Amino acid sequence: MAHPAQLIACHDCDLLQREIPLNPGCAASCSRCGAVLYRNATDSIDRALAYSLAAAVVFVIANLFPIFSIEVQGDRTSITLMGAVRSLWNQDMQTISLLVLLTTVLIPALELTSMTYLLLPLKFRRVPAGYTLLLRLMRMAEPWGMVEVFMLGVLVSLVKLTSSFKVIPGVSLWSFGVLTLLLAAAAASFSPRDVWARLDSIPGLEVTP
Amino acid sequence: MTAMTASAAGQKLCSCHVCNLVSRREQLSVQAHCPRCGAFLHFRKPGSVVRCWALLIAAYILYIPANLLTMMETGSIFSYRKDTIISGVVHLWKTGSWGIAVIVFIASVTIPLLKLMSLTLLLVSVQRRSRWHPRQRTRLYRLVELVGRWSMLDIYVVTLLAALVQLGAMATVKAGPAAVAFGAVVVLTMFASMQFDPRLIWDPLQKERNP
Repeated sequence: MAHPAQLIACHDCDLLQREIPLNPGCAASCSRCGAVLYRNATDSIDRALAYSLAAAVVFVIANLFPIFSIEVQGDRTSITLMGAVRSLWNQDMQTISLLVLLTTVLIPALELTSMTYLLLPLKFRRVPAGYTLLLRLMRMAEPWGMVEVFMLGVLVSLVKLTSSFKVIPGVSLWSFGVLTLLLAAAAASFSPRDVWARLDSIPGLEVTP
Repeated sequence: MTAMTASAAGQKLCSCHVCNLVSRREQLSVQAHCPRCGAFLHFRKPGSVVRCWALLIAAYILYIPANLLTMMETGSIFSYRKDTIISGVVHLWKTGSWGIAVIVFIASVTIPLLKLMSLTLLLVSVQRRSRWHPRQRTRLYRLVELVGRWSMLDIYVVTLLAALVQLGAMATVKAGPAAVAFGAVVVLTMFASMQFDPRLIWDPLQKERNP
């Protein structure tokens, strides 16, 4: 049997395969079920760090400013994401309010901070404290960040509102659009495999399975 | 890929679900941790089928009130409407917002149904140790994982409208009890699909090759 580090088991069908070197930009897929096993993403750590830092800035803007406003007889009412969460809480819809808060604010914030906290030291070949726990936490949180779904929800509500009100788009509307793209780019370039490879290359952390 | 036909579990090798490191696991009785990241090692997700069934059945039960109760109440001095998920889609269609009606229909009706039925199919086939189109079934599972989150759409729409349109007698939008049930269906089916272990689809085939 070869060195275990060169073996990879498909996460979807458990087929044991040997890793092969890939050209940049290529992906290896399982020979039996077709699942993508790993990619050779160029500078994945640098890119994911850049995208997540940019996303963090846009995230703050998106949460501070109104998403859109409606105007009725000269009166203007506007809404922020946190305002919507608070308003729903006050309408006795606490569960939904918490679900929205979790999926659009807390989880994305957690993902962005942990990605930055993890990748910034790694870029300079330092090991961030508690990195194993953090990587596990990120894996658990991953499916629950739903900014892109929220973005579609914003667009649907916009169309629904225009039939009865004059709607004025706010700063956050654009910010959420940009945030959706940045988060997708950060998620696409973030490669736990490269993070583990970088960690393994740091002296004193070698693993002997 | 070098051609191999063995599953990792068949070789007593276990792939870590967090860092993907393949490590040897001899004694099944002892709780093992991944040598690299410290996560619990398991050949297959523990209790996968039972837990997935439990979550799925709960989702089926809540799917009924989610569709029968009111999702959104819209009131103004001129009109008052109570909409369920379906009647909301129909109303959108009738008022000419076809594009939005189609998007909402896919997110709130098609996707939840697709998830419930696909997971049922996957669970039944795994329990019967079926060897029927494993590649297609794995693809189906990946599809369920991919699209599941999009059914949250209606929850966000209701949240935004109910928070914004609070203009007293002029117009008021209120979230109905179906929103809670529907939110629960989305969360439960997401948990269910996380609990399902797609490697179970391939296990019956593995036994054939390595008796």
